[in-house]
Amino acid sequence: MGELGAFIVLALVTLIPAVVVVTSHNIVRAAFSLVPSFLGVTGLYILLQAEFVAGIQVLIYVGAITVLLLFVIMLTEGGTGVRLRQVNEQVPLGAMAAVWLAFVIIVILTRTVWPVGAGSPPPYNATAIGNAFMTDYVLIFEATSLVLLVSLIGAIVTARGEE
Amino acid sequence: MHVGLMHYLILSALLFCTGLYGVVTRRNAVAILMGIELMLNAANINLVAFNRYVAPTAVGGQIFALVIITLAACEAAVGLALVLAAYRTLETTQVDEINIMKW
Repeated sequence: MGELGAFIVLALVTLIPAVVVVTSHNIVRAAFSLVPSFLGVTGLYILLQAEFVAGIQVLIYVGAITVLLLFVIMLTEGGTGVRLRQVNEQVPLGAMAAVWLAFVIIVILTRTVWPVGAGSPPPYNATAIGNAFMTDYVLIFEATSLVLLVSLIGAIVTARGEE
Repeated sequence: MHVGLMHYLILSALLFCTGLYGVVTRRNAVAILMGIELMLNAANINLVAFNRYVAPTAVGGQIFALVIITLAACEAAVGLALVLAAYRTLETTQVDEINIMKW
């Protein structure tokens, strides 16, 4: 019962700010609403016993990406005025598409029988994740590092402009 | 009642569709990026939930969730740099006004 209650609270903490993010007419309010939504996802990771992913989620999503979005909102004031129309003419169509897709996904999910594995997760899984990154998944690790470096340089070059 | 895999999958489907609605209906490029971040979070919930319920002794799902978080940071940095560059030349961040390559 306690687990279900925690899940429901975290699900509401995730979904209600997410709806504010996509519907608010004030874009700064939408950016700030991302924070409780990401923190709700963090709580879900802790509920799933993935503590390391939860920590990284707080550091990168709540700490870095939200601040980055707010910086760009502040730097491009021509597109963020409260009086500007923030949604295009596709609102009914988009709502229909989203509701239809959610319906289809949920129907498919409930009709599928998922395999259930036995066993319990490793007790402190940062060690297990580090070992896996350095042995089985080392190619993915290297490729991700390369993509991170390239995108860092690309972002600097793109945002700098001409001298 | 027990919290199972299905709860997380349905929550992630709802979060994904919320993000999709934001991507489809927003005019501001920064708000579209926010919708993309919500969709990436939905994918991450799926990965970690499958890791926990289908293969609890492995950490593959968490590894992929971490990779996706890293790539989301890359995507946000490059996307926002592009928004800044477009704003510098076109004085707007509304994607339906950035149409100089149309026809």
